[in-house]
Amino acid sequence: MLYREAGQFKTNYRADQAVFPIRQDFIGIAALLAVLFLVVPFTFNDYWLNAIMIPTMIFALAAIGLNILTGYAGQLSLGTGGFMGVGAYACYKLVTIFPEVNVLIHILLSGFFAAGVGFLFGLPSLRIKGFYLAVATLASQFFLEWAFGRVAWLYNYNPSGAIEVPNQYLFGVAIAGAPASSVTRYIIVLTIVVALALIASNLVRGRFGRAWMAVRDMDIAAELIGIRLLPTKLLAFSISSYYAGVAGALMVFMWLGAAEVESFDINHSFLILFMVIIGGLGSILGSFLGAAFIWNLPILLRAMPKYFGADINAATVEHVQFMIVGGLIIFFLIVEPNGLARLWSIAKEKLRRWPFPY
Amino acid sequence: MELLYGIFVDPFVQMWEFPDLLVQVLWEGFVSGTLYALIALGFVLIFKASGVFNFAQGIMVVFGALSLVGLYAFGVPAYLALILSIAIMGVLAYSVERVVLRPLVNQEPIILFMATIGLNYFLIGLGEMIFGGEPKTMITEELGLPKGAWDFEMLGGFVSIQRIDAAAAIIAGILVGGLAIFFNKTRIGRALRAVADDHQAALSVGISLNQIWRIVWFAAGIVALATGIMWGARSDVSFALSIVALKALPVLILGGFTSIPGAIIGGLIIGFSEKLAEFYWGPLVGGSIESWFPYFLALIFLWFRPQGLFGEKIIDRV
Amino acid sequence: MSAAEAVEANGAQEKILNIENVSLSFGGVKAIRDVSFDVMKGEIRAIIGPNGAGKTSMLNVINGFYHPQEGSITYKGETRQDMRPYIAASQGIARTFQNVALFRGMSTLDNIMTGRSLKMNSNLFWHLWRWGPAENEELDHREFVEHIIGFLEIEAIRKTPVGRLPYGLQKRVELGRALAMEPDLLLLDEPMAGMNLEEKEDMSRFVLDVSAQFGTTIALIEHDMGVVMDLSDRVVVLDYGQKIADGTPDEVRKDQNVIDAYLGETH
Repeated sequence: MLYREAGQFKTNYRADQAVFPIRQDFIGIAALLAVLFLVVPFTFNDYWLNAIMIPTMIFALAAIGLNILTGYAGQLSLGTGGFMGVGAYACYKLVTIFPEVNVLIHILLSGFFAAGVGFLFGLPSLRIKGFYLAVATLASQFFLEWAFGRVAWLYNYNPSGAIEVPNQYLFGVAIAGAPASSVTRYIIVLTIVVALALIASNLVRGRFGRAWMAVRDMDIAAELIGIRLLPTKLLAFSISSYYAGVAGALMVFMWLGAAEVESFDINHSFLILFMVIIGGLGSILGSFLGAAFIWNLPILLRAMPKYFGADINAATVEHVQFMIVGGLIIFFLIVEPNGLARLWSIAKEKLRRWPFPY
Repeated sequence: MELLYGIFVDPFVQMWEFPDLLVQVLWEGFVSGTLYALIALGFVLIFKASGVFNFAQGIMVVFGALSLVGLYAFGVPAYLALILSIAIMGVLAYSVERVVLRPLVNQEPIILFMATIGLNYFLIGLGEMIFGGEPKTMITEELGLPKGAWDFEMLGGFVSIQRIDAAAAIIAGILVGGLAIFFNKTRIGRALRAVADDHQAALSVGISLNQIWRIVWFAAGIVALATGIMWGARSDVSFALSIVALKALPVLILGGFTSIPGAIIGGLIIGFSEKLAEFYWGPLVGGSIESWFPYFLALIFLWFRPQGLFGEKIIDRV
Repeated sequence: MSAAEAVEANGAQEKILNIENVSLSFGGVKAIRDVSFDVMKGEIRAIIGPNGAGKTSMLNVINGFYHPQEGSITYKGETRQDMRPYIAASQGIARTFQNVALFRGMSTLDNIMTGRSLKMNSNLFWHLWRWGPAENEELDHREFVEHIIGFLEIEAIRKTPVGRLPYGLQKRVELGRALAMEPDLLLLDEPMAGMNLEEKEDMSRFVLDVSAQFGTTIALIEHDMGVVMDLSDRVVVLDYGQKIADGTPDEVRKDQNVIDAYLGETH
């Protein structure tokens, strides 16, 4: 009875095209945001914030980025890790060159560098599709990995080859580096991620989103109704990479505190891809669900044996985790190719029809 | 000016002045190329018969080699371990067909591709769980493979050729020859080619798709095992190999996804060019360019021939 | 009074499209050989012929998906050696496909909205916030699209993903998407293939309504001879890539070449 749209009449198209056309959805999201902003910071301890909340949000942002490219525009990418790296290194260089500008501005700017690189590596999509394009994105991934490791200028000739976050303050509050508290960093990450997620959902519902999906579903028909393929794809590449870049910058500046090449290797590209597949291709909500699932599954697996009193070593947990993630991907593709987001909407559909079973 | 000289003149001067080095580099390229070609061959077998782009081929290579080394470590005699490893690849082929492919039949290629990425991860976990994740040494001697190197004095210098590399090249040749005979002379081989041409037509004349899939995955598994032995003998048996195996992708782009000769020639082109590039041009930008060079080569190539060396021109229809 | 007669009555015999000596081949296969015909403004023009006669290839040439090796295409007075998809679309050529080419992952509404792509030009900045010009534009076009949805009587399925719709409705949505482009020339590739009688009648009515209400010029491929003879003002007949007849339905029906071509086939 709680979830029913009967009686909510829409008298104009504006209301019908809102983000959450059903009132209960709107209330639910508002409540969730209130909890995330007002309750979580005061109740969760440092471990929970650092190990669960912050990384989940950051990976969700990267997953939204990849989802725009792969889920909406249908261009398979295996290079997300590299684009995240571009954001992280760009942010690091910006902070080095313009130390007086606030780091938050640098984080948002660094995405544009990633967008530029994404644009470049998206150019082959003019002539290449599908698996072939995967090779183009692999080229970018391996080239960027190589650059992060070899171009010493990028890491300020630091002998360890790593980039480290300097301490940063805003109005006297530490926001980055060692003195910054988990709560501060959590709030920053949450704000940026929620804002960018909202923008992404605006984009995909409008003419750009439709053009992406048209190219994804049937590029020939899209071309024949006047959608220019290359600009459409390149826009998807750029925006997707912007999101990945900001996620990468957040990852280093708001979470890890330091990073090296390995933080942006191909395994991270796959990790994000899995989040998108399991969460749901072509769903912003799914990006959050997928990130939460894939990131927290190993944590859950590690914690589980303790509750049952069993003693399983960390290595075994990692192996089991690989098997479970791999198995789940196959399972999801077989049972529900649209991922967790689809399961969620089926559940809502059921609720709407309750108490009738059909 | 100096840069232009470094790109266009100096490398060729070096090649001319030190031909023994050039021969050595080419040989290295040939050996890497053979291994890339073998991995690509596994891809092609599966892609031809089932249209599945098998991302897990690289892991199958590691998995095969791991089973062999692992079984030996458990105390199984070397040759028995080899036979058992082949059996394991058979079981793997059967399970993949039953659990992954059959429920996903008629899905879009991209979905199947992602399923094989899932398979990839599953196999990594499984392999590490059973055999452990640390790098292992291939049981080269126990399998009767040659060791050591031949040193040839030639062209005013020395060229050193590892015997195991020569053996790898020969075995690769035998494998390819065997596959060619299998495809052209046997009933099953012909059925395979029929399936590759047209699934519907093959079904309508009574060829069992499921059986064909099991056979090609098994064949690809054997190729993977052979590749794993060769590769493991050169370096270690470790999961790092699965990243290197991704280089089969540029190989396939050069050679085309469905052509066995294409896979071999593509593999050799990639092998030669990446070693030459690394040795003669790599130092200009700080080295280690072979990690990305093949992908760029493939991209440039794709720009001009999207269908690969041996593929047919694709006509879009609506 | 049919559209062609109406045009004639006005004395303004205006050609919207003129195909001249077009030949198209793929490798060694000749799909179209030296075909010429024209389409008058406002008429319904049918292209018929046995399977493999080159009908769909002809449509592909007209909207720039295939590029003929020889001949020329004159559209709205401009002569080109070949069309390009974007030019064709932006100059008002819309199209439906033989095997429904809808965007399967999108709803009916979104599919038809996609047809408005060329008419929408609010920039990315506003779309990020979905505010100001971006939102107004979305709403304006939504209203236009709702007219089409009403015209085609598909209100009930507006939010349904098209992949879940039955075939007949998919064809209707596809027509809707083409109409959303407000085309001057509408190409319909077998709009009634695979439909039952009732659906065919519906679709025929929509085609006639489009022609009458919007004055759209229509070129259609169809296998159902009854439909072709009833709907079209003039018919061009292709066989093995060549034009074998051209004229009013009655003329074509009596043409000996056409009778031979069709009797030789299983139609």
